[in-house]
Amino acid sequence: MKKELIELRVNGRTYELAIESSKLLLDVLRQDLDLTGSKRGCDESSCGACTVLVDGIPMLSCALLAASCEGQEITTVEGVSEHGSLAAIQKAYGDWGGSQCGFCTPGFMMTVKHLIAENDEPTDADIRAALSGNLCRCTGYEQMYQAIKSAIDAERRGSGVAQ
Amino acid sequence: MSDFSIIGKPIAMVDAAGKTTGAGKYTDDLSVAGMLYGKILHSPHPHARIVRVDTSRAAKLPGVVAVVTGKDAPNPYGILPVGHDERAMALDKVRYVGDNVACVAAETEFIAEQALELIDVEYEVLPAYFDPEESMKAQSDFIHDNKPQNIEKDYHHVFGDPDKAFTEADYVAEARFIAQEVTHAAMEPHSTLASFEIDSQTGKPGRLTVWSSTQVPYYLQHKLSLVLEMPMSQIRVIKPLVGGGFGGKSEVIPLEIIAAVAARAAQKPVKITYTREEVFLAHRGRPRTIVDLKTGVKNDGSITAVKARVIQDGGAYCSYGVVTILYSGALLGALYDIPNIQYDGYRVLTNKPVCGAMRGHGTVNVRFAFESQLDEIALQLKMDSAEIRRRNLLKAPCITVNGLRVQSYGLPECIAQVVTRSQWNERKGKLPKSRGLGIACSHYVSGAANSIIRSDMPHSTVNIKIDRDGGIVVYTGASDIGQGSDTMVAQIAAEVLGCSMARVKVIAADTDLTPIDIGSYSSRVTFMNGNATLRAAQDVKKQIATAAARKMDCTLDDLIFRDDVVVNKRAPVAATPANGSQPTVVHAEASVSGRVEGQILRGSLQQKRKDEGPKARLSFEEAVVAAIDFHGALSGTGSYAPPPEARGGKHKGAGVGPSPAYSYSAQVAEVSVDEETGEVTVHKVWASHDCGRALNPTSVEGQIIGSVWMGMGQALTEEMVWKDGLLMNPGLLEYRSPSSVESPVVEAIIVESVDPEGPFGAKEASEGSLAATIPAIANAIYDAVGIRLRESPFTPERVLSALRAKKKQKHINLTEGVDPTAPTTFREHGGSLCFKGKGPERHALDPARREAQVATGGAD
Ligand code: FES
Ligand code: FES
Repeated sequence: MKKELIELRVNGRTYELAIESSKLLLDVLRQDLDLTGSKRGCDESSCGACTVLVDGIPMLSCALLAASCEGQEITTVEGVSEHGSLAAIQKAYGDWGGSQCGFCTPGFMMTVKHLIAENDEPTDADIRAALSGNLCRCTGYEQMYQAIKSAIDAERRGSGVAQ
Repeated sequence: MSDFSIIGKPIAMVDAAGKTTGAGKYTDDLSVAGMLYGKILHSPHPHARIVRVDTSRAAKLPGVVAVVTGKDAPNPYGILPVGHDERAMALDKVRYVGDNVACVAAETEFIAEQALELIDVEYEVLPAYFDPEESMKAQSDFIHDNKPQNIEKDYHHVFGDPDKAFTEADYVAEARFIAQEVTHAAMEPHSTLASFEIDSQTGKPGRLTVWSSTQVPYYLQHKLSLVLEMPMSQIRVIKPLVGGGFGGKSEVIPLEIIAAVAARAAQKPVKITYTREEVFLAHRGRPRTIVDLKTGVKNDGSITAVKARVIQDGGAYCSYGVVTILYSGALLGALYDIPNIQYDGYRVLTNKPVCGAMRGHGTVNVRFAFESQLDEIALQLKMDSAEIRRRNLLKAPCITVNGLRVQSYGLPECIAQVVTRSQWNERKGKLPKSRGLGIACSHYVSGAANSIIRSDMPHSTVNIKIDRDGGIVVYTGASDIGQGSDTMVAQIAAEVLGCSMARVKVIAADTDLTPIDIGSYSSRVTFMNGNATLRAAQDVKKQIATAAARKMDCTLDDLIFRDDVVVNKRAPVAATPANGSQPTVVHAEASVSGRVEGQILRGSLQQKRKDEGPKARLSFEEAVVAAIDFHGALSGTGSYAPPPEARGGKHKGAGVGPSPAYSYSAQVAEVSVDEETGEVTVHKVWASHDCGRALNPTSVEGQIIGSVWMGMGQALTEEMVWKDGLLMNPGLLEYRSPSSVESPVVEAIIVESVDPEGPFGAKEASEGSLAATIPAIANAIYDAVGIRLRESPFTPERVLSALRAKKKQKHINLTEGVDPTAPTTFREHGGSLCFKGKGPERHALDPARREAQVATGGAD
């Protein structure tokens, strides 16, 4: 198939790529950029494992054409860590059991990052609503709520460490 | 020894950072140079003979490297030695919509997909069987020629004298329960990458390496060796991170074999990753189960006898079927004291995707029936439903009537906990309209006492290597699939050796590097691999202690390993530096650098040591160096095989059910039912679980919550819906597992009964809780609105039709068509989705088709 040249901004870096115009953002991230953190969990845009931030908004990268994201700022799970160390939410997910098999975790990281950025005092209902587009088959979500609250706490204290 | 330094502490999983940063690699994240992509051609027919397969057009497509079919690897295999009925790809027949016919290996996924369209297959359609009770009546066209009546296996067990006991009972309850089929739907779709090394002598494909999303690397290695006719030693199976299994990866899944067959033909590495739809077709989930259950009780609530007839719709191949049907019977025992049991189990073949092992293997659907019936009985006897459970407790330690050895038994405490926490006594029966509470219990094995391939060899072996830097490497075959076994292994090693987690590195599930562990299934890993780790760590600890004791001039018993130091507890206090502080002398000297000074210092240090006498403490590194000096090298091995007493009775089929230890659960669910829409909301579940000892409470709670949540999915929304053998909901949107907004609050309560044989007393924590959730919800629905649902899931359709029937004051039994308002096609379609179109073509003699014509007066 014919390829076209595009420029993608991912995690603060600019990549110049020759890709088929029909190629999905998820496939470009995983195959062309070797950013395999974003996962494919379904065929019909229903699981959220592929969630990335496009200009700060959580989007399903399996439902976006890579070529349509030119000029936008894409953040994947690989871009969540801060200054080479775990972001509060990453640490908290580990400490509180928010991640078991971890396959859904990259998607949740992006969704939660957005949630926290938008609302630094989410209620339980806010959190449940925000996470409802991401499926997890292991955790029953419960320990994620604790992780999110502790991450917000940790960020507020500015220590970046969850207790 | 109750105060542990690592055990019992909430510890983040050792691989957590890899998961939260995206750096951790799952199979589909891997690629190797020259790798091809494989795509599989699936059967469109539920039952058909293959007349001809022509792959020549596909092979000519540019970019296609190899096309393989059943003929390329005709040897049969299957997870059970008695069930070798699968082949890499179909040879003569296809047996379900989705059965594997051919595979293309090509340069891109797109080309491979295109090539599939160019494979010509001619089928001769055969009559197909979709309902197990129909299938059992078959006279011809059996799904497997050697299985007459399409019965994979039936078992008939009698323990005690059930007939007599029923006549002695004061009250007997009898009913039919049905649980619809569910599947694991693990978030990671199965994926396998197979790569052959070219043999330096022959230039042909030599050694094989397979990376796969599996719970059972060693069984995979074994089956690959059968199919490919290669010695196991030439095959290396590596398990990268696995994105959930729940049993769906606990046997060899077709793509794992097909990838290797294709890689051999293509002489290049081949990766196959299933689409989500293919995951649903690969299935191996929990079969649709029909349970005819009869329970007799005395007026005081004590159970006199239980009789169960269980039919499982197993799908087209054996898989774990023989084990599943045995678990359903065997685990009628070991929860309550039941003196007389009769069990008739039928595992039936049908032309649908294959059922296998799923979380709570074999026990879940029977437990739903049993706990629901016990609730009905309590109502009849006007007894509290928590009380009737207390009246039937086992007197552990004991051996049940069907030969299961029970040692630690935390069920009484589990019941007490949920009753207190949910304020059962205060609130039961006093909740607002349409809101109710229900209770149920369950249990599960901590590993099967008999391995799939029967032998007396250990089920787990673990090696530990410690080098002079004091770093500990644990080599374990345990397969972490997200439940945290790597962390468990590291914790046990660190606890025994008295050092920090940071010192321990775990190398797991790589058949070239790690000794055999038979896999992550039957909740065996903590118990068995944990015990093997414990023994390996004790082995190596003893070697260190021997050397340290010599150096410290004391006996082995005097030594304590803790917080990265080895201390002689009998040493005179004066010789020990201020309690708990670091060995200051050594550190001060070590900070001086330079060779000359070092030599001078060493001399003076040796003199000083002589003056001071033997040391009272050594740092872990010093102790390790002493041990290496003494023994030459430092490594330890431990293994675990279940004791003979735990391996069960002598009857046919007695091998399944026995376990060295059983976990126990009790749950109370609070639900409300919308009587207008039939929708059930679960508000909260109090779930207590006796896991022996919680090695890592965060993980244990996570497992309990996850089990309850998955049980709730099966109770309310999850169901595989079929139309003539075609799966109607093969996607995560249509197969509805609960999202965060539909999920209840789960209060996980850990009960520790400290098992005498478990590692530090631990038992299983990952499966036992699931089975109690479904009946707890069913019983709560009865409490809320007075309808007894005997068919799961409790979808709005089922709830509404039961409510309607109740209003007419009619006895309701959904499964016998007593309810006139229930859809007539309830049983085949499960009632939650209504498929209007035509399914795949049926043969004229198809019994299901004849039935349909009779039922609808020929207007098909
Ligand atoms: S891969 Fe499932 S939503 Fe994108
Ligand atoms: S942690 Fe396994 S799917 Fe969420």
